[in-house]
Amino acid sequence: MNLKVKNNKAWFLVLPVLLIVAFSAVVPLMTVVNYSVQDIFDQNSAVFVGTEWYRELLNDPRLQDSLVRQFTFSSAVLLIEIPLGILVALMMPTKGKMASLCLVVLAMPLLIPWNVVGTIWQIFGRADIGLMGAFLNGIGIDYNYAANPVDAWFTVLLMDVWHWTSLVALLCYSGLRSIPDAYYQAAKIDRASAWSVFRYIQLPKLQSVLVIAVLLRFMDSFMIYAEPFVLTGGGPGNSTTFLSQTLTKMAIGQFDLGPAAAFSLIYFLIVLLVSWLFFTTITHLDNKR
Amino acid sequence: MAEIHLEGLAHSYLEIPKNAEDYAIRQMNHVWHQGGAYALLGPSGCGKSTLLNIISGLLKPSEGKIKFDGKEVNDLEPNQRNIAQVFQFPVVYDSMTVFDNLAFPLRNLKYSKDRINKKVNEIADVLELGDLLHRRANHLTADEKQKVSMGRGLVRDDVSAILFDEPLTVIDPHLKWRLRRKLKQIHEKFNITMVYVTHDQLEASTFADKIALMYEGQIVQFGEPQELFENPLHTFVGYFIGSPGMNIIEVSVGDSKAVFDDIEVPLSDALIKEIENKNSNNIKIGIRPEFIDVLEEPTANSLTCDVLDVENLGTYKILTLQLGLQKIKVRIEEDQAAPVNKANISFPKEWLKVYVDEYLINEGAV
Repeated sequence: MNLKVKNNKAWFLVLPVLLIVAFSAVVPLMTVVNYSVQDIFDQNSAVFVGTEWYRELLNDPRLQDSLVRQFTFSSAVLLIEIPLGILVALMMPTKGKMASLCLVVLAMPLLIPWNVVGTIWQIFGRADIGLMGAFLNGIGIDYNYAANPVDAWFTVLLMDVWHWTSLVALLCYSGLRSIPDAYYQAAKIDRASAWSVFRYIQLPKLQSVLVIAVLLRFMDSFMIYAEPFVLTGGGPGNSTTFLSQTLTKMAIGQFDLGPAAAFSLIYFLIVLLVSWLFFTTITHLDNKR
Repeated sequence: MAEIHLEGLAHSYLEIPKNAEDYAIRQMNHVWHQGGAYALLGPSGCGKSTLLNIISGLLKPSEGKIKFDGKEVNDLEPNQRNIAQVFQFPVVYDSMTVFDNLAFPLRNLKYSKDRINKKVNEIADVLELGDLLHRRANHLTADEKQKVSMGRGLVRDDVSAILFDEPLTVIDPHLKWRLRRKLKQIHEKFNITMVYVTHDQLEASTFADKIALMYEGQIVQFGEPQELFENPLHTFVGYFIGSPGMNIIEVSVGDSKAVFDDIEVPLSDALIKEIENKNSNNIKIGIRPEFIDVLEEPTANSLTCDVLDVENLGTYKILTLQLGLQKIKVRIEEDQAAPVNKANISFPKEWLKVYVDEYLINEGAV
């Protein structure tokens, strides 16, 4: 049987999509690739430099430091928010008015714009007038996020946990609600302990939502910009300057378009690689046996 | 070993039940004997599953007592009751292998490894799961999963009763029969009390020694399948058991006879007396389609009626007859000639049942 298509005019039907994809993704990305291999002086003079920017960047302590900071931050975020989100979801009421109320309250931080979150915590944590900052100092803890890197890290992490744990909790909550009652009843009859119920019923059923939660939280935290920018401005020193802020300084502050483009690509590849790693490990766990 | 007593059991899902309709279970007294194979049969929503969940302890009854071997267990949790339950949809622990699934209840009981291995292998043999022991449970087919669910109940030595809540609903028809046989074998082998909830009379009568027929939150009859068929104690039993169900006709009672639509059916004086003692207007007669005689010639006691329809169902035929204003069904053998236009029928006395307020009345009953 000959299935070959004779009329090739059908290809025109996909043309609009091709154009949209080209102009929204391929062309901008290729522009960045183009910049990353040139040294640009002005509009008319540019020199091809090959992989020079890449080699230079990978040896640049600014990038290395902020990369380390970034991984530390993202790991901390995942280690805190995922278990905490599961815990919150497990403790939420399952029906009645309280359930709806909890959902509304949980969703609130998610509705606040990033830089507003930064501003809220900037004020909340201030040592002189902030509710938290002044309180901590009042009870004798020397706390000042603007001067002490440890305090700054603590505040940035706390802010992120406050802002995003809800997302994990809501995802897990919906996952938990989809488990039929019969599972809990069977577990009761099998004399399963509360831990076994969690380990063998709830956790396996949560796996698919947890994959989404981990990926979302990793990508978002890895690209965090507005909140620490507003809260600490990356300081004190460079202690809370994460990757995207380093990049912005380079691209806009110093107008180093070539290195900034190379930086962007490295950044993009890291996010892609780590997300892929997460995704494949978690989905492969499922098919191991 | 357990004999399960239900004493004055009633349950309502409402906090403050107002009238009888608010109850899913209404004032029930019943005994399930040790080692019996019982079916709990009834239409959807009659309270079967509620009753099962009360026995296993997943639900606490609003009123009454439930006793195991004379000991009240109302306040015991399911895990303290030595009862296993198999649900309508198979419940397996997806992340575990079949072996781990079967071993799970035993591990929770802190059995030794050797004992667990021995027990799990024994049950896997009985259920023909031996080849699958090291497969992950989420890759199994529905009937294999359901076997695993059953296995988790059977594997425990301490279980004295297994409750089945329509366990074969999701199983393919050709496998249903095999699983049902398997259950029967298991019952014979382990001498465990089994209560099997279903709405399918065939399933009930092939599995169970005795059937409890539930209707509107009550057990209206408890007996062997044949008893339920031949001597329904309640009009609902007549209607629900048998295919087609019993012919039930509302009548009034006169001298030595029941009357409907100018048609007279003779009744014994003793029976008439019983009916009159009840002092009720709700009187019905019932007769099974299988027990109506179709005569070739009219006799003194026969009734003449119009033939509306003849259905040939292969091994038997169903006649639909117009008797007065009533439509009645008659079942005759395949080789018996179906009457044309007019039929002469008679109701054999021993199979004609009389119901007052929906309950059977017997001659000389107290």
